Amino acid sequence: MSLFWSDPNAIRPYEAPPPGHVAGSKLEIALRAGQFAVTAEMNPPDSADPADVFEAAKPLADVAHAINATDASGANCHMSSIGICALLTRMGHGTVYQISCRDRNRIAIQGDVLGAAAMGVKNVLCLTGDDVGAGDQPGAKPVFDLDSLTLIRTIRTMRDQGVFLSGRKITKPPKLFIGAAENPCVDPVEWRPERLAKKVEAGAEFIQTNYIFDMPRFEAFMARVRDLGLEKRVFILPGVGPLASGKAARWMRSNVPGIHIPDAVVERMEKAANPGDEGRRICVELIQQIREVKGVAGVHVMAYRREHLVADILREAGVARDERAENAQL
Amino acid sequence: MYRVRLFATRHSRAFEWIYQRLETVFVALDPLFRRLGYNRVERVVAVPERWVKSFLFDCKMCGQCVLSSTGMACPMNCPKQLRNGPCGGVRPGGYCEVKPQMRCVWTEAWEGASRMKHGERIAEVLPPVDRRLEGSSAWLRASREKARPEEAATDKARAALAQAFPRARVLEPSAAPLAEEPPRAVNRGEGS
Ligand code: SF4
Repeated sequence: MSLFWSDPNAIRPYEAPPPGHVAGSKLEIALRAGQFAVTAEMNPPDSADPADVFEAAKPLADVAHAINATDASGANCHMSSIGICALLTRMGHGTVYQISCRDRNRIAIQGDVLGAAAMGVKNVLCLTGDDVGAGDQPGAKPVFDLDSLTLIRTIRTMRDQGVFLSGRKITKPPKLFIGAAENPCVDPVEWRPERLAKKVEAGAEFIQTNYIFDMPRFEAFMARVRDLGLEKRVFILPGVGPLASGKAARWMRSNVPGIHIPDAVVERMEKAANPGDEGRRICVELIQQIREVKGVAGVHVMAYRREHLVADILREAGVARDERAENAQL
Repeated sequence: MYRVRLFATRHSRAFEWIYQRLETVFVALDPLFRRLGYNRVERVVAVPERWVKSFLFDCKMCGQCVLSSTGMACPMNCPKQLRNGPCGGVRPGGYCEVKPQMRCVWTEAWEGASRMKHGERIAEVLPPVDRRLEGSSAWLRASREKARPEEAATDKARAALAQAFPRARVLEPSAAPLAEEPPRAVNRGEGS
């Protein structure tokens, strides 16, 4: 496959998704077929060179059904999610285009949704976004014109009704598999399942969660999710990732919004002779435990700066996808 | 005031009751308001409304009051102005990600809702705020919208929004208003 479309005729018309699918992304196809799906977050480059994007995506491309392109997560500036997605789709990779409500208003977002879809994006993840104060440019103006739920409903309206939020017609509506985030282990833990229900009501079709390090909390969350019958209405991909060291775990816990790591996990990291290996082992164990929880449809791996470990972690956990076997089936 | 607003969510059931009575009165007054002209009563109501609601709820006068669907906690006090539930950054103990000394508005809201008679309304997906309505009277808007819910929209964009959020339109009609706005209730254009 060539790196770029040199021939404009090679751009195919916007194709309809296969029957029974809303977008027909690899991720959607795998989930609807009942396969254990894997998504992985890519570390966005601070660079204008497309080669850096391909380099960062390389360890994830063959192991994930879709690569998440973050939208200035933690309010830190990097290459935009739409730019990354445009490059990755040219390579034929599945992407999850993350949209945060922090930096753009409803006009900009709806325009970008069409642009992303035209460039081959088939999955979106609707996020509120971390506060600007958490990032490298705390003096920026926070926008938050929409919130994650109104964003989900907006994209649903664009896709299913074929109109913008203003009612103006879209001649070719975007075909997108719509995702949302959840954070099962942080407060208010007792209301998190209800909030998930609200996201499903708004129109979310898959859920990627923040890091799960606390299995009892996650299991309690999932028990309530099953009581509400939500696991039948939405695909849930819990978030996991290898910790680098005890120090890093402590730092994340106190500096990155929305991360809950129980003391037992931090201590285990601190006591380990080789913290890197231990972090990896914990991640493998978590995937194995999460996989057994009823209602889980896959995992979302966020291995920040440890992307090279993802393939091994998935293999050790016994959830690696076999691209060749999948292609042979098609 | 922060303390008063915490008091309001702790006693959400009582405030819900008061608010419902108030709304009934305002809806009943719709014919009178219409005769006087909504534009003429707009400021007369908006000014005291601001005093009362800022004292009780730290109200920001978004003009699209949804307190009955948010456990009597004003969502505009959320630094991210979320209208549909907490963000993922809530700190341990239910404190705000952005202002760590403040209780997360949405933790309060959900607790408030759990004490209310119609607390289940918090599950409703509410539309984004119409920023043109900031500073206008939400009480009058509720009376306009609830007295004549079937009123056809004069504005296509508003009708589309109401259609995208159909349940919110039924339960909190002023969050997706359709009636024509009196000039003084709109931020931009004449009367502002
Ligand atoms: S923690 Fe609560 S109040 Fe603070 S920004 Fe998030 S949702 Fe809003």
